[in-house]
Amino acid sequence: MLRFLFRRILGSIVILILLTVVAFLLFFGMPRDPALLMCGKTCTPEALENIHRTLGIDKSIPEQFWIFISGLVAGRDDFSQGPCPAPCFGYSYHTNEQVWSTLLDRLPLTVSLALGATVVFLFVGLGTGMIAAWRRGTLVDKSFTAGSMVLSSMQIYFLGPLAMAVLVYQTHLFDEPRYTELTKDPVAWFTGLIIPWVVLSTIFAAQYTRMARSSMIEQLQEEHVRTARAKGMSRRYVFFRYAWRGSLIPIVTIIGIDLSSMLGGAIITEYTFGLPGLGHLAVESVQFSDLPLLLGVMLFAAAVILLCNIVVDAVYAVIDPRVRLS
Amino acid sequence: MTSPIDIEGGGSSVVVDGEPEPKTKPEDEKLIGRSPGQLMWIRFKRDRTGVISAYVVIFFFLIGLLAPLIAKLYGKTPYTVYADERPELFDSAGVPVQPNGGISGEFWFGLEPGNGYDVFTKLLYGIRNSLGISLAVTLATVLTGIVLGVAAGYLGGKTDYVISRVIDFLLAIPSQLFFIASMPVVVSLFVSPRDETPVYVRVVALISVMWVLGWMSLARILRGTALALREREFIEAAKVSGAPPGRIIRKEILPNVVTPILVQATYMLPNFVTAEAGLSFLGVGLVEPTPDWGQMFSKAATELVMQNDITYMFFPGISMIVFIVAFNLLGDSVRDAFDPKTAR
Repeated sequence: MLRFLFRRILGSIVILILLTVVAFLLFFGMPRDPALLMCGKTCTPEALENIHRTLGIDKSIPEQFWIFISGLVAGRDDFSQGPCPAPCFGYSYHTNEQVWSTLLDRLPLTVSLALGATVVFLFVGLGTGMIAAWRRGTLVDKSFTAGSMVLSSMQIYFLGPLAMAVLVYQTHLFDEPRYTELTKDPVAWFTGLIIPWVVLSTIFAAQYTRMARSSMIEQLQEEHVRTARAKGMSRRYVFFRYAWRGSLIPIVTIIGIDLSSMLGGAIITEYTFGLPGLGHLAVESVQFSDLPLLLGVMLFAAAVILLCNIVVDAVYAVIDPRVRLS
Repeated sequence: MTSPIDIEGGGSSVVVDGEPEPKTKPEDEKLIGRSPGQLMWIRFKRDRTGVISAYVVIFFFLIGLLAPLIAKLYGKTPYTVYADERPELFDSAGVPVQPNGGISGEFWFGLEPGNGYDVFTKLLYGIRNSLGISLAVTLATVLTGIVLGVAAGYLGGKTDYVISRVIDFLLAIPSQLFFIASMPVVVSLFVSPRDETPVYVRVVALISVMWVLGWMSLARILRGTALALREREFIEAAKVSGAPPGRIIRKEILPNVVTPILVQATYMLPNFVTAEAGLSFLGVGLVEPTPDWGQMFSKAATELVMQNDITYMFFPGISMIVFIVAFNLLGDSVRDAFDPKTAR
């Protein structure tokens, strides 16, 4: 198990380093003058000069990359905005704040959104999927299957504004979604995020309904399940004790992938509801061509995703020992 | 469809999942040889859901193709700013005066709040542009996937190792984030950030960004298929009879990977449509006044629409749901028709 984990962590670190190189080249190597891109349409010569100086643009690309990497590891203090302790992603050119502290600021919202939505879509998705498998071929099954087909084809950028318009602006049932820290006011935290949770999880839940249903049906046709039935165990017991457990194994991986991608920033959801999380930060930094911030968001999100994948793999290896051997 | 290769003799040909086609169908009394393509077509025609979804999908593509003609017959363009041309149709906030988003005999789908574009032509051209871009991305990714996947699987060795590692690496990149992050950089390769970005640059940037991160899944599948096919007898026979690798790949491997390619492509295209729309929704894809499906959603998400009249929202919304549902059903039917053994 330890060797398995060690190998996975090592692989992730290699990927992260490669990703840093690629992202750095993309942002600072490819454009003719990244400073001009960052400066935007309202660029003054002085601002351009300042960016040139802090980027070290007169140096070669490998040198710039070395400065960036050593800043990440050891911190830097050659910024006009002040010192920048490790891990130093530099300062945002738009807000003049440290990229790292901005990232940490935005993280709690993204985590709240992702975890809340996961809870909702697991309950609803797996629940409806199992009911559909239990009552296979009936009207319930057919309507669940058709409903999940339509709902999984919905897009957050349609469902989100629709929910906002109907629930917030037309009927005034809810307040506009906003984020309050959980530790400050749990009730406000919950009510502020409920619409985003439901909208985000609707699309996922619909996919899980289909997955859980087909996985259950597959399991119910397995020989060990049939044997259990033949031994005289009740349908309900076999359903939950035998088939359900088996059907979860493939689903766990997909839960992990979905959760980690949400933890990297549910970009469209956060943007739709104006929630300032990591995904929203990415859009903001693109709008202002804030390359240090953008590079920070990308690497941070990638690191979060890779970390989640390791956790998922570890969980998976515990559930299914065959994985460890491959 | 590509015709099967006549190496194993008879009407049966090699099917990808390793099991040969049944030699005769029950109703097939005269023992006529049928290509897998014909069999697939017969099975597909029997699948009513598949046929209906195929019609819906064709309808959308026709709309995209004929958008200029329809708009001409209808007599409007998606670029006319009716808020300036016909200010009497709008109130002071820019919302159409008439109920239901200004739907009338003249403006079939109403007017867009704000600038007052005609929604009907805007939607036509939006579908046209979105589908065009997604089709281009699909073609590019499928071609890349075929070349790299088959090369990795068939050649093996170092080629396989390098391509597989590249695939692993690219799959680890958070794709949506990468899309929005690289858009401004790719655009800046073509034009200076100080100038207005021409539409074609945005289109090229969109296509190339989605292409770079879109081909891996297909390549991985084709690699596996080619790897399995390489060990089959008919490939060995071709090798023994002295066929060069290029010919083996073209004549022996490619006809046998048509199925996964078609099935994957039907799943990829709707994904690219929604991804492209998502980018435009976030403001990094196509921007006004270029009509685009996703950009209509970003208009629908403004407070002007959400607070006053949500009719506008439903035109891009419903049309996209219909399109995606139809395309997904079509994808399932195509898969079933090619491979009737996998139950849904």
